[in-house]
Amino acid sequence: MSLRPRIKLPETIRIGEIIEVKTLISHTMETGQRRDKDGKPIPRKIINAFRATFDGAPVFSAEFHPGTSANPYLVFHFKVPGPGELELAWSEDGGAVVSERLKINTEA
Amino acid sequence: MARIWVTNRREVLLGAASAASLLALISEVAAQTPPPAAPAATPPEASPYEQALDKILGDAKPSPGKINIEIPEIAENGNTVPYAISIDSPMTATDHIKTIHVLSTANPLPYVASFGFTLLSGKAAVSSRMRLAKTQEVAVIAEHSSGRFIAAKRTVKVTIGGCGG
Repeated sequence: MSLRPRIKLPETIRIGEIIEVKTLISHTMETGQRRDKDGKPIPRKIINAFRATFDGAPVFSAEFHPGTSANPYLVFHFKVPGPGELELAWSEDGGAVVSERLKINTEA
Repeated sequence: MARIWVTNRREVLLGAASAASLLALISEVAAQTPPPAAPAATPPEASPYEQALDKILGDAKPSPGKINIEIPEIAENGNTVPYAISIDSPMTATDHIKTIHVLSTANPLPYVASFGFTLLSGKAAVSSRMRLAKTQEVAVIAEHSSGRFIAAKRTVKVTIGGCGG
């Protein structure tokens, strides 16, 4: 998981506003159900969890299963209480984690 | 916009009937080897979807509730079927949606995703993409802060199946 996720936030954010957070991360989301050319099972490797926190407080979370498509796309909402830091973290089978920290600046 | 509410367990069982007949076929093939002496905790007729549903609901019964599900009626590519789910909720401490579960009724692995909401979410709404192995129903089960469950289903016709089958 070396690729950086793509994240889209509104350009301007007001305090109390419910914003849409769009995310996309490149990942094959190998289901564990497929076999390779030699008939050997390909082991499961998916992004199994996503977590969004704001200054440490949980905002939204997702548990992904093999029924979720490759390159997991996720749109959720966030009611911005004020300026702070939004942290988004994707966890892969095996324990690898990719996280991004975004400064949230609010307008009056 | 036909919606099927999962109002009781009987409806859920009916929904799983086609999957059960498929299982019956498989078990015919497997019949050559004798089954283990002790029966498993889950009855053999329970489909993977039904087992997953039981795990989510426990002893609770989902009641009718309004769940907006945006999903194509016909999906050309089962590898990536976009969906958007939203539930009207004030999202206050005493009245909010805690979790939304998405299940496929006829994929080999029924779980698609579960989403957890907090008061900071502001809205009980989520969009993502799922794999569908074939034409089937997609089930959405939501848990309210009171512990009540609501559920809804939508049929998606799949032209080319996903899951790398």
